[in-house]
Amino acid sequence: MTAATGITFLDATLGYDRRPAVHHLSGRIEPGALLAVVGPNGAGKSTLLKGLVGALKPLQGRIDTGGLTCQDIAYLPQAADIDRSFPISVFDLVSAGRWRTAGLFGGFGSADKAAAQEALMAVGLGGFNNRPIGSLSGGQLQRALFARLLLQDAKLILLDEPFTAIDTKTSADLLALIRRWHGERRTVIAVLHDMDMVREHFPETLLLAREAIAWGKTGEALRPENLLSARRMIEAHDPHAVPCAQAA
Amino acid sequence: MIHDIFIAPFAEFGFMRRALVGGMALSIAGGPVGVFLMLRRMSLTGDAMAHAILPGVAVGYLLFGLSLWPMTVGGLAAGFAVAMLAGVVARVTVLKEDASLAAFYLLSLALGVTIVSLKGSNVDLLHVLFGSVLALGDETLLLLAGIATITLGIMAVIYRPLVLDTVDPGFLRSVSGAGTPVHLVFLALVVLNLVGGFNALGTLLAVGLMMLPAASSRFWSADIGAMIGIAVLIGCLSSLIGLLASYHLNLAAGPAIILAAGLLYLLSMMFGRREGLFWKAFPGRHLSA
Repeated sequence: MTAATGITFLDATLGYDRRPAVHHLSGRIEPGALLAVVGPNGAGKSTLLKGLVGALKPLQGRIDTGGLTCQDIAYLPQAADIDRSFPISVFDLVSAGRWRTAGLFGGFGSADKAAAQEALMAVGLGGFNNRPIGSLSGGQLQRALFARLLLQDAKLILLDEPFTAIDTKTSADLLALIRRWHGERRTVIAVLHDMDMVREHFPETLLLAREAIAWGKTGEALRPENLLSARRMIEAHDPHAVPCAQAA
Repeated sequence: MIHDIFIAPFAEFGFMRRALVGGMALSIAGGPVGVFLMLRRMSLTGDAMAHAILPGVAVGYLLFGLSLWPMTVGGLAAGFAVAMLAGVVARVTVLKEDASLAAFYLLSLALGVTIVSLKGSNVDLLHVLFGSVLALGDETLLLLAGIATITLGIMAVIYRPLVLDTVDPGFLRSVSGAGTPVHLVFLALVVLNLVGGFNALGTLLAVGLMMLPAASSRFWSADIGAMIGIAVLIGCLSSLIGLLASYHLNLAAGPAIILAAGLLYLLSMMFGRREGLFWKAFPGRHLSA
């Protein structure tokens, strides 16, 4: 279940309109890692995930996902652009997670249906099958999206602030799923703001403030002096910014 | 009595039967296309595209007179050109799809009216704008049936990615590159159906038989499959009611069909079981859980 070679950042700079949001990042994520990405707003955390799924090409450098294709990566964006007024049932939305096996035209047989049902039960949404997605609360929708992630059966799972505006019970349930994925040796990378949760459940942390401030064991990375220097990052654009000295 | 009102017009007159078959063919293909246009927040795109096919139709008309195939091919060419140009401009520039489509369809419409006025009499312009549902020839019926067949076939093939691209485009992008091609194929189907519709109802009303039944269906179901079926039924019913009204009350047939569809829309909005205004006003006592 593991990505054989892991993920390598080779002096990767990601950004928009030539301005870096992630600047000269180098490092490695081992297969099966459970990594938290923390940092202030505007630190480039979401940008990093976009770079990993390939939605954003690096301005410079390279991100080597070790041969993973888009079929091996499951990505839950910060604000999924789901049209909640669309007339589709929870079951059908979750079933889309089987895209890799069912694809454009493939049949959706009894095994697929059983898997979707099992995923719904696993996130505590048994009995929600026929509910239109528009009738779900924020937390219930997040549970449904986690069920879809479960079905995707991906080697690399990227979560962008999955617990924002989610209550403690739902967070705890979904966190249990993340630990299950970790136990199955899948690589999980989650952008988080709750430091207590990171310290308790995530063995490794990348502290990002445009540049990597610290990257390693969570206890080390989140030391007070590191957090302080992350806070000093300047968010505003410099109108007179010149090309970076390290730019190729 | 009932026979005189409902059966006799179709039993006695071949042109009425042809008009009914034509209207039903349009409704069967227009139902699914209209429902997806509505769910993709593109209800007015159909309207814009209906205008955009005009210059192609006009060029066909200018070169070959009032004849089916040149006008159809011209309309398809103009429609595809505007749809693709608008799509490409939306993806490579800062303009969103609605703005770029508005620009191209206005250009196209002005060009079309200019070309028609170069040669045509007012009668011809009226034909192009409002169609001639009571004068459908064999060729036109075959064209309409062919378009319905192609539309249903392609919709069946692109159904799954089209649903996903509508409800969660970000997810589809993350697992598959099918989103953009499926969107373009769908736009092509819209153009195909509008060009079919203009033969029967004219460019201005063709979109009516597509959008009004789709908008009505939303008031009857929250399931997309059922909505498509309901939209098709409402379209067929509109054709029947409109043609009968046209026959008995001596109204223009094309607009009568759209007015019938409009009437069914208003009724659906009032009495549809899903959030119809009447049920909202008198919802009954709330449930215990």
